[in-house]
Amino acid sequence: MSLMRRLSMVFKSKASRALDQAEDPRETLDYSYERQLELLQQMRRGVTDVATSRKRVELQAEQLQANATKLEGQARQALEQGREDLAREALARRAAISTQAVELKAQHDQLKGEESKLVDASRRLEAKIQAFRIRKETIKANYSAAEAQTKVGEALSGISEEMGDVGMAMQRAEDKVASLQARSGAVDELMASGALDDMSSESDPLQAELDRISTGSGVDRELERLRGELGSSQAKSLDSGGKSGEEQK
Amino acid sequence: MILRILEEGQYEVPDEVVDALNPLDEDLVAAIEAGDQARFQRSLAALLERVRESGSRVADDYLGPSDLVLPPTDASLEEVAEMLSEEGLIPG
Repeated sequence: MSLMRRLSMVFKSKASRALDQAEDPRETLDYSYERQLELLQQMRRGVTDVATSRKRVELQAEQLQANATKLEGQARQALEQGREDLAREALARRAAISTQAVELKAQHDQLKGEESKLVDASRRLEAKIQAFRIRKETIKANYSAAEAQTKVGEALSGISEEMGDVGMAMQRAEDKVASLQARSGAVDELMASGALDDMSSESDPLQAELDRISTGSGVDRELERLRGELGSSQAKSLDSGGKSGEEQK
Repeated sequence: MILRILEEGQYEVPDEVVDALNPLDEDLVAAIEAGDQARFQRSLAALLERVRESGSRVADDYLGPSDLVLPPTDASLEEVAEMLSEEGLIPG
C-alpha cells in the first residue's frame, strides 16, 4: 500500500484518538488549545537550545582559527631561527587544527539547518494556533454540545497533524543536536588537552607526538612552501655567514 | 489534493500530478521492503522534488488536514519504517 497513504493514516488515527477524550466535544477544543500552546513553548525552547549549540561551535571555530594563525607565525619564526624541528611541530599542530576546523564547519552548517527548520516550524505552528483559537471561539459560541462534534473534528484534524509533525521534528532535531554536541564536546576535550593549542603555553606534553602521527606528509609540503616564502631574504643572510641577529661585528 | 512533507509543511498539488506520483511512491515502498538505502534516497528525493515543483504552499494558518503525508527530506529508511510501525511518536 502507498507509503503516502499509510503515513497519513498514522497521523489521522492519532488525531481521532485525541477527539474521543472529552464528553463535551467543546472541552476537547480547550484541551487541545492548551497542548498547542505548550508545544509552541517547547518549540521555542528547542530553537534556543539549537542556537546555543551553534554559538558554541562558532566560538570553538574562532579559537581554532586564531590558534592556526598563530602557529603559522610560530613556524615561520622557528624556521628563521633554523629550528626546523620546532617549525615542523607547529605545522603539525596546524594540520590537526585544520582537520578539526573542517569538522566544525560541517557541524555548524548542520546546526544552522536545524535551527532554521525549527524556526519555520514554529512560525507555521503559531499561525495555525491563531487560526484555531478563532475557530474554537466560533464553535463554542455557535454550537451546542450535540451539534459541535463534527465541527470540532474538523478544527482538530489539521492542527493535530501539525502538532504530530512538529513533535516529531523536535524529537529528530534534539537527537541530531545531541550527537553534534557530543562531537563538539570532543573538540573541547582536544582543546583542553593542548593538542590544538599554539606553542606559547609551557605545558606541552605528548600531544606533539600524536599530532605527528595524524598529519603525515602534508607537513613536508607546508615546510617547502614556507621555505619558498622565506627563500630569498634568508638565503642572502645565510650566504653572509649567519642569522641577521649575529651579523658581522 | 493537500500533501504534507513532514518538517516542511503542506502543499496543494493538482490531482493529475498526484496520480503521476504513484510509481515513485510504489518504488519507495519497494525500497523499504528491500532495505535498499540508495533506491530509497533516490525515490524519496524525486518524489519530494515533484511535490515542491508542481505544488503550491498552503497558507500557514490553514487548518485542514492533509490527504497524503510524505517523509521529511532527510529521513532515513529506518526512520520511515519505524514511523509506519510505531505510532507512539506522535503526540495527541
